[in-house]
Amino acid sequence: MIGAERVGAAAAEPSEAIRLEGVRKAFGGDEVLRGIDLSVATHEVICLIGASGSGKSTMLRCVNLLEPVDGGRILLWGEDITSPAVDVNAVRRQIGIVFQSFNLFPHMSVLRNVTLAPIRVLRMSRREADVRADELLGRFGLADKRDDYPDRLSGGQQQRVAIVRALAMQPRIMLLDEVTSALDPELVAEVLNVIRELAQAGMTMLIATHEMGFARDIASRVCFLDQGVILEQGPPQRIFTEPREERTRRFLQSIIEAGRM
Amino acid sequence: MLGGGRAVVVSTVSTIVFFGLIAAAFLFAPGSAQVRQEFFNLHDMKVALVGDPSHGVFSVGEAFLRNIEMFLIGEVLILALALLIAVVRQLRGPVFFPLRLVAIAYTDFFRGVPLILVIYTIGFGIPALGLRVVSTQSAEVYGLAALVLSYSAYVSEVYRAGIESVHESQTAAARSLGLSQWQALRFVVLPQAVRRVIPPLLNDFISLQKDTALVAILGTVIEANRAAQIYSSYAFNYSSFVLAALMFLVLTVPLARFTDHLIARDRRRRQAGGGR
Repeated sequence: MIGAERVGAAAAEPSEAIRLEGVRKAFGGDEVLRGIDLSVATHEVICLIGASGSGKSTMLRCVNLLEPVDGGRILLWGEDITSPAVDVNAVRRQIGIVFQSFNLFPHMSVLRNVTLAPIRVLRMSRREADVRADELLGRFGLADKRDDYPDRLSGGQQQRVAIVRALAMQPRIMLLDEVTSALDPELVAEVLNVIRELAQAGMTMLIATHEMGFARDIASRVCFLDQGVILEQGPPQRIFTEPREERTRRFLQSIIEAGRM
Repeated sequence: MLGGGRAVVVSTVSTIVFFGLIAAAFLFAPGSAQVRQEFFNLHDMKVALVGDPSHGVFSVGEAFLRNIEMFLIGEVLILALALLIAVVRQLRGPVFFPLRLVAIAYTDFFRGVPLILVIYTIGFGIPALGLRVVSTQSAEVYGLAALVLSYSAYVSEVYRAGIESVHESQTAAARSLGLSQWQALRFVVLPQAVRRVIPPLLNDFISLQKDTALVAILGTVIEANRAAQIYSSYAFNYSSFVLAALMFLVLTVPLARFTDHLIARDRRRRQAGGGR
């Protein structure tokens, strides 16, 4: 469903999906983002790597407007979404985000988790929302979980439901914030496979991740964040084999020593 | 741990001894016969229960229906008003500042003033205002209004604790799906919050059931406490009060047991450790 629509619509879409210009964000006196510039083309898959606290999560939360920026601007298909006049809810409808800690609604069944926003925000009929949700759940191997509550699911299943929940809003962009970091190692693959499938379907994605092998595999571009700026970016082969910056090299070295690559 | 059979024997014996001692102290006290006659007289209880209209004695049983009525209507109104206050306190954004201020002042005021003063002030003050509809209600309505105003302040704090116990990541998840602030509160935060605070809410309602008796101070409301008082001054016997007390117990004890049952069930669920 998503794949066909995306590819069909691609020709009409402007090629630049997201543009960050000098984005700054501080929490109290702590400057987390210190001038982020980035241009993301439609269908591009960008992996953000870097140490914890380098600003990856904050950057994603700014794009989703969960955090207001302190400086610079963010354009979504040419529209400045950081201007005060923008309809925040309308912007968020186009951008799906998935969090490290799943954040499923524990008082709702899997099906209701997925259909809440389509029914309440898109004003879809319950029946239509159910049909679409079942379709998505089936596609990601969750058909038999539709009536379960989140606490009955494994972490990997919960995270796949969270992805389905975001996809049910038919977003044009997906933001993934370390979606495998809270999972047991044997559950990581099932989630990564889902993301891989989205990438193949042409979804534009910004992915903050510690899974370097996955990043090398899936990314059209890798950005290395360090102390609130994008220190280095490029195709994954180059970043992972011949990083230009000393800091990037050291970060990758520490990852290899930790056995994560 | 004791073996099952032995534990039962020990607890039975200690219970019999314990209550036996209390009963003996009561029965062999010097004034026991008089107290039994004046407080636990079955004949007086029977007369108080049905009333004696020819002597202007109200039925305590019938009067108790006033308490139940006030409690039931009050509970519904309190649940609604308190939720409104809690939600208003939760609204973000500078536009809502005056509303937030009113909600905070409301809870501070009514939690700080003794209920009995609120009942007096409203019960005697509002009629004295001489307003058209507002000042011509029955004392029962004013008493009920005072209960609702006072209890809503407490219950709104219970709700608020529940709302704040729902992690903000739930709101973030809802907002990121495009839900408005109100929708996130309505569909994601409040359902979880209310579920968590049901035991403390029930606790407050046990208090409310008893406090309906305070409305008697307005004089003209014939509820159980007042009817018992009238009987005692007619018959010079206090058994009517004991009867009224028993009636309140019949109402409050099951609710107390039910609340404990819910708390125990919650604890079991948490210990079973099913996620969050």
